[in-house]
Amino acid sequence: MTEQVTPFDKLRVTYKQPSEQGYYGSFGGAYIPEMLHRNVEELRTKYLEIINEEGFQKEFRELLKDYAGRPTPLYHAKRLSDRYKATVYLKREDLCHTGAHKINNTIGQILLAERLGKKRIIAETGAGQHGVATATVCALKGVQCIVYMGEKDIERQAPNVARMKMLGATVIPATSGSKTLKDATNEAIRDWINNPNDTHYIIGSVVGPHPYPDMVARFQSVISEEMRWQLKEKTGSELPNYVIACVGGGSNAAGAFYHYLDEPSVQLVAVEAAGEGVNSGKSAATTQLGKPGILHGSKSLLMQTEDGQVVEPHSISAGLDYPGIGPLHAHLFESGRAVFMSATDNKALNAAFELAKLEGIIPALESAHALHALKMINFKKSDVVVICLSGRGDKDLATYMEHMK
Amino acid sequence: MSRISELFARKKERVLNVYCTAGFPQVDSTVKVMKALQAHGADLIELGMPYSDPLADGPVIQHSSSIAIAGGMTIAKLFEQLKEFRKEIRLPVVLMGYMNPVLQYGFEKFCSDAAAVGIDGLILPDLPIYEFETEYGAIIKKHGLDFIFLVTPETSVERIKKLDGLSSGFLYAVSSSSTTGSNKNIGDTEQYLQQLKGLGLRNPVLVGFGIKDKASFDAASKHANGAIIGSAFIKALETNPSVENSVKAFMDSILVR
Repeated sequence: MTEQVTPFDKLRVTYKQPSEQGYYGSFGGAYIPEMLHRNVEELRTKYLEIINEEGFQKEFRELLKDYAGRPTPLYHAKRLSDRYKATVYLKREDLCHTGAHKINNTIGQILLAERLGKKRIIAETGAGQHGVATATVCALKGVQCIVYMGEKDIERQAPNVARMKMLGATVIPATSGSKTLKDATNEAIRDWINNPNDTHYIIGSVVGPHPYPDMVARFQSVISEEMRWQLKEKTGSELPNYVIACVGGGSNAAGAFYHYLDEPSVQLVAVEAAGEGVNSGKSAATTQLGKPGILHGSKSLLMQTEDGQVVEPHSISAGLDYPGIGPLHAHLFESGRAVFMSATDNKALNAAFELAKLEGIIPALESAHALHALKMINFKKSDVVVICLSGRGDKDLATYMEHMK
Repeated sequence: MSRISELFARKKERVLNVYCTAGFPQVDSTVKVMKALQAHGADLIELGMPYSDPLADGPVIQHSSSIAIAGGMTIAKLFEQLKEFRKEIRLPVVLMGYMNPVLQYGFEKFCSDAAAVGIDGLILPDLPIYEFETEYGAIIKKHGLDFIFLVTPETSVERIKKLDGLSSGFLYAVSSSSTTGSNKNIGDTEQYLQQLKGLGLRNPVLVGFGIKDKASFDAASKHANGAIIGSAFIKALETNPSVENSVKAFMDSILVR
């Protein structure tokens, strides 16, 4: 695999580490107004030092183990394996505390915020999973928590709004633009501009200005770190043939891919949400529909009009309903290191029902998109396949019930 | 000498820069508003290019941008509207906007078309120093446009000097840590503005964010070469359907002695 070298990117030598200015190939960077510079620069200059400290690592690892419930199982799904004629493992992030992988990142960032002396936490959320994971760690640390959530999503995701409130967070509706995740992110960034001294912004995905994409990927990389030793135990090799994950912004995929990025024998598969169909006008398949652009502080692939106005995406799964994609993933797509596929709303629903009936596991709608990849790949009998089951499906029951009618 | 330099050579105090959103209140209002601003005492015009996700802007400018976009405003349309504006408008005009629409238009084509219609400078708040120095600054310069960086109360002295060195035309001093149209008190920023004044910067300084009336314009002008009014002007345009009347009434309220 040849590395792409661009003027911005002479220093980066692996897929894992962006350049000093935060570029993965031609994607990334920190396109932020001056009002955010001091806070982002503080993070950029300190994040690696802080997260590599022994004390930080000790506390991070302890909380992942005793609070979040890690390591999560790597489960050999035998009936699924029989159906798809390969050895299929599920990485059970759905068994994490709060029901999804999001907690890995929020634990890391709350410890970082503490070390930076920040007393106030803000976050954006779409379906509410990241908002709940943020509210959870804020309660754990006794820190003030403000979550921005699109007005439309607040209506659609009432149980998660209630969970955040019960955990002590303030949920502020984002009423600008399309009133969904993109606008909640805008509002969180505006809050940070207005509160430059005491506030840390916990971004929930591998998006945003450098160093967020790298920082979030590092916190989530525990997923593939565990996959390696768990696979070694079960198969004798740390390396599977495939790692499959869904991608909205791409945090669970970044975590599942991370320790395999520089292992070219491992085929990485990212599954985007095609919504009602890639060409239906109601889709969130960013690599299919997007062009290079800048949103929320980084250059990546972005769904937009010809005039550069950001387009509102659609997916049945609120967690994949984002018009962009992390810059790492844009680079994996452009360089061909990962294969990108997409699953429509209906295919994802079918995959969710199939998993429920075959394995007794109700997946989140997001994760169901990754499961659909099993139908799109021709496996060899000897293939070892790991699917990142990023979250559990309780939050999607209303949608599933609708589908059962 | 550029139009902006000429302005500051002539006038060093109480320079009034007014922000308006292109295509607001109506899609064809752009030049009409600019003409009225010239007729009623503005020294400089900052013309905003509407964007769906304006991170540095508060609700008022966001709203005006949504209306302009819904009305069909695009960068291509803006250059069409500005084709002949130099026949009537002599004030310096800077375009303000966000990187994404400019990139989609084509950065070099954008600079070239802006210069061709008679635009004097650019404010792109999400174009950072690194990318300016390695890629875009040279293109802006090649087309003879000024580029104006922002500084804030959080910006270090060393960085202010760097941003001043990279800017031409003027330096945009954000009055407080906020998005546009905030209610933070301009009086609290006096110390910061005095400090800026003491740095011996090469560019004139205009203060923006939170300048909304005569009192705040006067306060900002005490320590800087003038100020920028945006959200308050957009609000005035919104409440009065006649562009000519609302611009006159608003400008009179700021400039009354």
